[in-house]
Amino acid sequence: MVDVLIIGAGVTGAAIARELARDERTILVVEKELDVCEGTSKANSGIAHAGFDAKPGTLKAQMNVRGSRMMEQLSKELDFPYRKNGSLVLAFHEEDLKTLEELLERGRRNGVEDLRIITAEEVRALEPNVSEQVCGALYAPTGAIIDPFLMNVAFAENAFVNGADFLFGAKVSHITRNQETGSYTVRIRTVKGARKEHYGQNAAALPAELTIEARTVVNAAGVYADEIHNLVSARKIHITPRRGQYLLMDKAAGGFVSATVFQCPTAMGKGVLVTPTVHGNLLVGPDSENIEEKEGTNTTAASLSYVLSRAGLTADRLPARQVITSFAGLRAHGDVGDFLLEEAEDAPDFYDAACIESPGLTSAPAIGEYMAQLIREKHPAPARPHFDGTRRGTPCVSMASLEERQKLIEQDPAYANVVCRCELVTEGEIVDAITRPLGARTLDGIKRRVRAGMGRCQAGFCMPRQMELLEEQTGLAPEEIVKSGADAFILFGESGKGVSV
Amino acid sequence: MNTRMTRQIVVIGGGPAGLAAAAAAKKNGAEDVLILERDRVLGGILNQCIHNGFGLHTFQEELTGPEYAARFIRIVEEQQIPYLLSTIVVDLARLENGRIAVSVMNRSEGLFVIEAEAVILAMGCRERPRGALNIPGYRPAGIFTAGTAQRFVNIEGKMPGREVVILGSGDIGLIMARRMTLEGAKVKVVAELMPYSGGLKRNIVQCLNDYGIPLKLSHTVVDIKGKDRVEAVTIAEVGPDRRPIPGTEEEYTCDTLLLSCGLIPENELTGKLGADLSPVTSGPVVNESLETSIPGVYACGNVLHVHDLVDYVSEEASEAGARAAEYVSGKDCAAGEPCAIRAVDGVRYTVPAVLRIGKMRERQVIRFRVGEVFRDAEVVIELDGKSYRSVRKKIMAPGEMEQVILPKKDLEEIKPSVITIRIRTNM
Repeated sequence: MVDVLIIGAGVTGAAIARELARDERTILVVEKELDVCEGTSKANSGIAHAGFDAKPGTLKAQMNVRGSRMMEQLSKELDFPYRKNGSLVLAFHEEDLKTLEELLERGRRNGVEDLRIITAEEVRALEPNVSEQVCGALYAPTGAIIDPFLMNVAFAENAFVNGADFLFGAKVSHITRNQETGSYTVRIRTVKGARKEHYGQNAAALPAELTIEARTVVNAAGVYADEIHNLVSARKIHITPRRGQYLLMDKAAGGFVSATVFQCPTAMGKGVLVTPTVHGNLLVGPDSENIEEKEGTNTTAASLSYVLSRAGLTADRLPARQVITSFAGLRAHGDVGDFLLEEAEDAPDFYDAACIESPGLTSAPAIGEYMAQLIREKHPAPARPHFDGTRRGTPCVSMASLEERQKLIEQDPAYANVVCRCELVTEGEIVDAITRPLGARTLDGIKRRVRAGMGRCQAGFCMPRQMELLEEQTGLAPEEIVKSGADAFILFGESGKGVSV
Repeated sequence: MNTRMTRQIVVIGGGPAGLAAAAAAKKNGAEDVLILERDRVLGGILNQCIHNGFGLHTFQEELTGPEYAARFIRIVEEQQIPYLLSTIVVDLARLENGRIAVSVMNRSEGLFVIEAEAVILAMGCRERPRGALNIPGYRPAGIFTAGTAQRFVNIEGKMPGREVVILGSGDIGLIMARRMTLEGAKVKVVAELMPYSGGLKRNIVQCLNDYGIPLKLSHTVVDIKGKDRVEAVTIAEVGPDRRPIPGTEEEYTCDTLLLSCGLIPENELTGKLGADLSPVTSGPVVNESLETSIPGVYACGNVLHVHDLVDYVSEEASEAGARAAEYVSGKDCAAGEPCAIRAVDGVRYTVPAVLRIGKMRERQVIRFRVGEVFRDAEVVIELDGKSYRSVRKKIMAPGEMEQVILPKKDLEEIKPSVITIRIRTNM
């Protein structure tokens, strides 16, 4: 029996796990993929929104503003990249100027600090590359950019070293409530490579099926949160995957804008933005499209060209030739109109952290706090005696000063051995990404932790070397190594066998 | 950074270009040459090119890639030119004294700076990845550049696929179509966006035609299916605007998509140094000495412009090495006024792009590529707008490098300020 079982190791689930780990209780995070940060958390804008967009009085507004305020301090405690670069919402005509006034008023009611409307001249002084058509902008100095992968990883790692266990490759298939005891029986099916991680122990393989008893269940299942909720509740909810597509550009284009530049929002979302990333790339997107398929993270020619043309309104000289990759993410758009953060009415001790669409990433720290508090009020527990809310991330050689680099190399010469030449990622960093608590087991896991293969050649040169390190550190056979999913294997066995007849 | 050393010539890259450049520099009198190689062995990409066809021009025999590399490695060893392996250059900067600070990192010595009188850039190129091609669809495992697949098969001894579709008909893609077939995989089709192949004619014959692998010109990939591993690829015909024509889509079941869609010279370091780069080649702009806009910094091989045959890389690199040796010897002759070479009417670029007549060799080789297929056309050279010479060619294609030779004595006589190279068709 575990005290709390959290479904989903995305940023929401991981943030809740970390907050709950402050108290002495057993926590198990159950994730269907082989790593943390495999759903919506890995494919979004990487923005810590200031909070002027959400409707006042909603949970979205509350969580957004609280999350935004927590973010900088949290980035220091948990050592993930954060940069307060400010946000701009551009107006192109009279009507837009009215929208800016509304956003300003909304932002003030939500408690966003230092918001103001600036003139076209001021916009151009801040951002020389924006379009000539701009006639004004809303400026939010508290807007920031973060590394969405590392924030998720940091929450999960910190929860883990403070006692939370994790199951990977473990998909919840049934949940039933025991009417006598009030606890939940959670049935799980696993995939190839599924494992249990317990801090201080080697990962253990999982059987094809298993059952876990849990006192409390938290549903942080992203686009699948409706299916999980509907397993226990008669009050059905529905989540529509709302797809957004992005294009990422080379670091050579990273200085094109310094702030996160939005256009005026529409009913379908905040519109296409142009932003630097914390690592110095340029990101444009997303569009917004309701789809049915919960795994529909494919990009489409029509959307990618739409994103480029919309972004072209923000800045007509957009360096479109510098695109190095494109991707799609799915917003978990619920039919309830707001984040669903509550105990299910007809299922005691079953908590939803569902319908987490934008500003979900920004809100994650606040949602973690909020959900933990809800559970704590119902089931108080003493504080965990040696809780440590801080984490040291993997050192980043490419961003380090010369002195820092020198020091790292003195500690371990592997920090001088570059594996990924485009992003200047060293053997030392990759080995750390694999061997640190809750370390990477997949190529994408390495990429999201230390950026190996995230550069302009997209792992063309370093993939074989990364696989070699993964083999050395984990004992996986080359044929067992996957990109991300259980069946995303890279190799088919040995060459040199000649033509088969 | 405590460690500091000085070198006459630092060669960045130990592939075919770097090896030939270092050997030539030493042969031409430079005593103190050092090669920096990021991989664990010398030889560069040739190590994974186990097919034959290398060295016909240089050695008048057909060698495999590793054999060709071994010849140059032997020369470098015999000349006792030192080299550092698993060593990456992280920065290049020009110092006030005109020398180049080469910031270097490796496991054994950590982080250190080499002060070089001259630097030869020989970093090669990389392949254009899927993301840069804007191919829509899922992002499963099983999408490789042809060169990555080649490394898996030939060096790692592993098969990256069983049923293969190839996009792009660059030479590595063509070579890999054959290699994968010989290894027992089924190569279903090679699709090429352009109406002509980007590879050598001989490779189309020997790698596709001989194995019955279809080449679909004016086709591209419009969708990739498969969440974890590639399951299918959709190919469509493209119109003259290179956009897919609706209704022409064909789906191929496969587990692997190989990409051979162009090579990009790796000039991030060159950019940091502030050298002028050509938007056409993505390589540095060089003069007759293969010197970049930064004095004492030379470039050769695929970092300068993408070559079709390694023999030309070796030839060009030898020249860069010799020029760098002359530079460090201090025996500089008068350069004369620079004369720009304009590439127009079907000529995409020339290397070099600038000539200083005083510094020319007796016979100056000008290499270029054309932008489309030309049949029975003439390469016309004009000096200050006046026709100087023309050469008739039966066929010229973008996949093959072309060259013309300019005699120094003619240019000394005429002293042109602009040389124009164009293609004249009979139309």
